[in-house]
Parts: sequence; structure tokens; C-alpha cells
Amino acid sequence: MSTTAAAETRTKFDRGAFVRQYAIVGILVLFVLGLSLATGGKFLQAQNLLNVVTQVAAIGIIAIGMTFVIITLGIDLSVGSLLAVAAVVATSLAQIPSDTAKFPNMSFSLIIPIVAGLAAGAIGGFTNGFLISAFKIAPFIATLGMMSAARGLALIYSDGRPISRLDPGFNFLGQGSIIGIPVPIIIFAVVAVAAHVVLNYTRFGRHVYAIGGNEQAARVSGINIKRATIIIYTLCGLLAGIAGIISAGRIGSGNPQLGTGIELDAITAAVIGGTSFKGGIGTIWGTVIGALIIQSLNTGLVLLGMNDFVQMVVKGAIIIIAVILDERKNR
Amino acid sequence: MSDEFLLQMQDVSKTFPGVRALAGVNLEVRPGTVHALMGENGAGKSTLMKILIGMYQADPGATIILGGEKVDIPDTAAGLGLGISMIHQELSPVPEMTVAENIFLGREPVARFGLVSRKQMVSSCRELFQRWEIDIDPRARMRTLSIAQTQMVEIAKAISFDSRIIIMDEPTSAITEREVEHLHRMIRQLKSTGASIIYITHKMDEVFNISDYVTVFRDGQLVKTLPASELDRDKLITLMVGRELTEMFPKEFVEIGEVVLSVRNLHRGSVVKDVSFDLRRGEILGFAGLMGAGRTEVLETLFGVVAAESGEIVVDGKSVRIRQPKDAIDAGLALLTEDRKLTGIMGVLSVRDNMIMAALPRYSPGGMLQKALIEDACQDQRKALALKTPSLNQHIQNLSGGNQQKVLISRWLLTLPEILMIDEPTRGIDVGAKSEIHRLMSALAKTGKAIIMVSSEMPEVLGMSDRVVVMHDGKVSGIVDRADATQERIMQLATGPAGVTGPADAA
Repeated sequence: MSTTAAAETRTKFDRGAFVRQYAIVGILVLFVLGLSLATGGKFLQAQNLLNVVTQVAAIGIIAIGMTFVIITLGIDLSVGSLLAVAAVVATSLAQIPSDTAKFPNMSFSLIIPIVAGLAAGAIGGFTNGFLISAFKIAPFIATLGMMSAARGLALIYSDGRPISRLDPGFNFLGQGSIIGIPVPIIIFAVVAVAAHVVLNYTRFGRHVYAIGGNEQAARVSGINIKRATIIIYTLCGLLAGIAGIISAGRIGSGNPQLGTGIELDAITAAVIGGTSFKGGIGTIWGTVIGALIIQSLNTGLVLLGMNDFVQMVVKGAIIIIAVILDERKNR
Repeated sequence: MSDEFLLQMQDVSKTFPGVRALAGVNLEVRPGTVHALMGENGAGKSTLMKILIGMYQADPGATIILGGEKVDIPDTAAGLGLGISMIHQELSPVPEMTVAENIFLGREPVARFGLVSRKQMVSSCRELFQRWEIDIDPRARMRTLSIAQTQMVEIAKAISFDSRIIIMDEPTSAITEREVEHLHRMIRQLKSTGASIIYITHKMDEVFNISDYVTVFRDGQLVKTLPASELDRDKLITLMVGRELTEMFPKEFVEIGEVVLSVRNLHRGSVVKDVSFDLRRGEILGFAGLMGAGRTEVLETLFGVVAAESGEIVVDGKSVRIRQPKDAIDAGLALLTEDRKLTGIMGVLSVRDNMIMAALPRYSPGGMLQKALIEDACQDQRKALALKTPSLNQHIQNLSGGNQQKVLISRWLLTLPEILMIDEPTRGIDVGAKSEIHRLMSALAKTGKAIIMVSSEMPEVLGMSDRVVVMHDGKVSGIVDRADATQERIMQLATGPAGVTGPADAA
């Protein structure tokens, strides 16, 4: 008797969880269908879909870092600026040798700009993590400061101008494709799988959830909160660096204004994907779908002939609605 | 007829999605009495009271009659207007405001030009405190107060509404014996003014000490209302759990082994001063003392939650340095903290994650989780501790307090500790789960584990401990063997060397 009761609650619980988990896929499908109808099928064309997915790479990769951060009850507003820093640093080392290049008449192996770009992002992220854990600054404030400072550094480094005339090998990272699959998508997929493995199959992943679930309890359980915090923000900065390299490669130049406002898209993607602002909850695959929804929205609204201004209103509304839904789900 | 009862609640039911919290309850409270509500957690006491103050609405068909008149209580403002106030289990002060501001929150006395009169507020507050013998400065910031003082302020606030009915939800769960006495004196004084006090508690002694009537709840139903004089401890427990509890404190006597932990001259600021003691295998060492005596702080210092300033900690003959919890875990210590919600559970994480968290290093060599081993270990714990949860995936916050506590015990058992420190092992836990946890502690001692137990419940200290360390003002004021441990002896040591006359003369 009691076993049947237990079994009943279990199936019921699982069904609820199932609906909650897969509702977001349904939303994406409806969304895509709606956009297709509204655009008279234009949205569903292969080229457009490929565009959506290629463009989603930068937002998606950053949203993955953001997911780690938000699970621990943090926030990273500096990702867009770190993306720009990574982009200008990397492109400055990937220019075709000329007199007007940042490093005139010098040529580096392709690995140098990539490593330097990634390092730039990671150093920014490390600084965030250090400030937050060593001085107990609220993540919002620490990364707000970094958002301004890093953007300034990117502008200073590039003299406020895009760094262009890049090595085709570098542009390949943003524009090329391997067996028909765009390189950004491949990178995005690799990052997503790796992040999923880290969150679900490693000790560090458990620490991330534990810190968000209850930092005090995590500390008493022997988890080194400072160390984990620094790693998490460094990771987030590193991912911003990857996004920076892809973005620069895509447009063939290192523009210091790259990534402006991308933190909003990344946060929205994570939250739509089920990452909770109350901490301790979030999945990578949810975030990936969240990013796809955001990018479909971006592209769809353009296809519908709506301008950037409308997009901003719509995205603002979406993030608020997503948080309200999260609030109600967890009551 | 209506004179006989101040309050009648009739046919009260309450259904939450999927749960029937109350089923056709009839509660009658006489004027000028203390009416205790008892029952295991989730029996429906708090739900009924939340309906009375207007926080919840009962299912249709319920009637509330107050002072002979049928009343409607759609919200808490209406409840307060009718003279019903409640002291909640979770206190809700505004920390940055002063004591007086908290007391008059939302009904500040207004002087000329519609401005709040701080002066009047402070003097009214002082008057109130004098009348009820509360020794707290009305101008102090709320956050500077201890938990016990905060509780006193909340109680004073409830009284200050001139309520006819004052509901107290476990008011003594966080205060010391001496403050409990003070509270009981206040309650008796309130009673004499004709007000009724509805008192929710888990503590048996209190019920017999102050209540006139006792109503027992079980599984959302009112089992019985009886005059307290017709009840005794065993009868009450039987009514509550619906079965005979064989023994409250299943202490088993085990061979006490060699010393496993030696603490010498442990020092940390003004909260832990020169603390020394030994702990042996198989021993349950109780820590008694008043609130703020430094018991919790000793555990925190030993565990590296806050590092010691000086002193020596010797585990198994080896001197160890403990600067953070990880060092303590590595040395074979475990700490089950006092506040389950604040420092224990990770609410939205699964039961499995909560269980395995402290033992992760053992279950993730090279950083990769050994999922199958974790699953086995957690299932073993679930069985061994008779944990009630639909699955290990359940969010721990959906479990009852007793089951949450079991998960936390599992969390520490999985680290294979030699020394288990448990702070208030049964706070806020229902009677049934309480004795299960006591039995578990005995069983652990039997396997050679050494246990330190901090407890503010005297029967628990006396029932479970082999020896009792009594603390006062950050220092160890005495260590008493089980045979010599009496309530009087411990209270004497706990009130410090000056308090030789004991608490009785305070009355």
C-alpha cells in the first residue's frame, strides 16, 4: 500500500519534471514555427537557419559561462567588454604584415593570437573572481567596474579603431567551415559538451551547485569557496575570450565596440533556459536552447522588418517574464 | 454559552495542491487560559493558526466565532484589528532599525506635521519594557541583539497590540532556560488580563509548566483537547504519535575507549576562552550552557569555520592545525551545524547531492564523480537511516525537518569521521524523528565514534550524555559525570560562579 503510494508520487513527480524540463523545447519549436509563418517561410530557409546558429555561437558560449556564474548566485556584466579586449588583443597579433599594422611588419603563428586572446579574457575573469572572493565585493559591482574598465582598455589598445586586414587563417575561425559545418558552431558544440561534462560529472561541478544552493553550508562541507569563485569567473572570462575570437574572425576585424550589450542576451538565454537567479539551479542544455531562442528572436525580428529599438524592448520584456516564471515555479 | 469560549473555530479544513493540511477541525479556546497545541511537524497546528490570523484562508464551510460573534478574517490586518497577533517561528525584524522602531513598525506615533515622533516611540517602548521587565535599550539597533533578545522584542511587540489572543509558535526554541522562565512569567501576567495564549511547542516540560488546556493534532486532524491536569508525559506522547514510544532517550551504555580528541587552551576572541577537554571513543560528550555561553563557537572553532587564535587540538595523538573546514574533515572531524536552513541544507539541490557533498573527495578521484559508487553509498544511507523521501532526486527542501536532519547526518557519516560534533541534534524536529536520531547517536557511539553534542534541551543533555561540559561566558565552568549530572548542578555551573543562589531568586 505504502509502496504504491510512493511509486505514484514518483511517476507524478517525474511527469512534472519532464514537462518543466522539456517545455522550453516546445517554446523554441513554437517560436520557430511562428517566425516562419510570420516571415512567409523565409525564416525556415536553410541559409537563414545556418545564419541563426552561426550567430548564436558567441551569445551561446558566453551564456554558458554566465550559467556557471548565475548558478552560484553571481552575475558577470563584464563579458561583453572582455569579449572586446580578447578581440582586439587577438586581432592585433593576427594582422597581415604591413606598415600600418599594430605590430608593423611582424608575423606570428596563428596560435599566438588565439592564446593571447584567450589569456586576455581569462585574466579579466580572474580579476573579477579575485575581487569578489578576496574583498567580498558583490559580483554585480565588481563586474560592473570591470565592464567599464575593460571596454576602456580595449578602446585604448586599439586607439578606438577596428583592427583589420587579418590573416585569413584567423578569419577562418569565424567564417570557415569544416565538412560543411561552420567553425563557430563546432566550437560552440565543443564548449557546450565540455561544460555539460564539467557541471555534471566532476567534483567542481558539484561545488558550483553547492555554492549556489547554500554557500555557508558548502563552506562547512569543506568546499574552498574562494578558490571555486575564482575558477568560475576565470572560466567565464575565458569563454568571453573564445567568443571574442569568433566574433572578430566573423567580421574580419577586431572592433573595440564588439560585444556591447551581449551580457543581456547571455543572461536572458541562461534564465530562459531555466537557470535560477535564486542559485543552485541551471543546466547547460537549457542555456543552449535559451541562446537559440534569443538568436531566433534577434534574426526573426530583423526578417519581420523591425528595427533594433523594438528588439531591445522585446528582449527586456522577455527577461523579466522569464524571471517572473522562475519565481512562480519555485514557490 | 458564548461566554464560555473566547474563540471557536468550527469545521476548519484546508487543502493545498495535493495535500489536505487540515480536515474538519474544531478548536475552542477559553478566555484567560494558556492553550497548548501539540503534534508532530506537519500535523496542522501552524496551518490552523495561519488561518486564524488571516494569512491563509480556510476551505469554504469553516466558521470562526470570536467573543460570541461570527467573524471574517480575510487578511492579517483584519486579524490584528480583531485582536489576534502571532509571534512567528521565523522572526522578522528589520535589522537596521532600532528596537523601538521595530515595535511600532507600521503604526508609528505621529506628532505635529505628520512626522514620526521618535521621542514618543522610545518612551512608549521603555514603558512597555518596564511593565514586562524586559532589559533591552529601545534605541539599540535590532541587528546588535542576540536571538534571545530579538525573541523578547517580538513578544513585547505582540503584547503591545493589546491583543485578546496571542499565538506563540515555538517561542522558546532559541532562548535559554532563564529566558524561558521570564517568558512564562509574562504569559501568566498576560493571562490575568483576560487574554488567551495559544502556544505551539514541541517541549513537553513547557506544556505541563504553563498550559491550562492541551490540544493534540495528528495528520491534519484534531485528536483531542484535554485539561493539562488530566495529562501526563506518556499519555501526551501517545496521543501525538498515535503509538507508545518505548523510550525517549535510547541511550545505550558502551565501553568508553581511549582519548581520541584533546583540546587544550583553545582561544578565540571573547567567545571561546581557554577551553580544554578530552573526548573518548564511544563517548557522547554533552555541552550545556545558556544561550551565548560559547558552545556553538567552540564547535565552530574546532572545525575551522572560524580559526582559533591559540590552543592545541590533538586528534588520535597527533597535533593538528585546523584553519578551514577542509582541514577538520581531513582530520576525521564532522560538524552538524545548529541552523539547518542557514548552514546545513542546500535547499534546491537533490537529496543525493546534499548527502555526498562533504565526502566528495573520496567519491571523485581525479575530480571525476564516481556516479555508481555515489548512488550505492546514498542508497545505503537511505536504508540505514530509514529516510523518508520519494527518491534521491527530490529537492531536500521538500523533506520534513527530521528527514532533512537525517540527510545531514548521512552527509557527515559518508566522510567516515572519528569525531562527530552535533549542534542541537533535534531542534525543530517532531517527537518520532527525535527518538530515531537519539537512537542513531547511541548506535554510532557503539561503533566507537566519539560524539560531541551541544544541546539547549536539558532532558536531552541529561538523557544522552556520558559526561557534560558546562560552559559559561566562553569558559568551561565544569565537567560533570553522567552519574552526578542533575538539572540543578548544570544550571548552577551554567549561570556562572556568581550565580550561586540560582535562578529561583529572580522571580
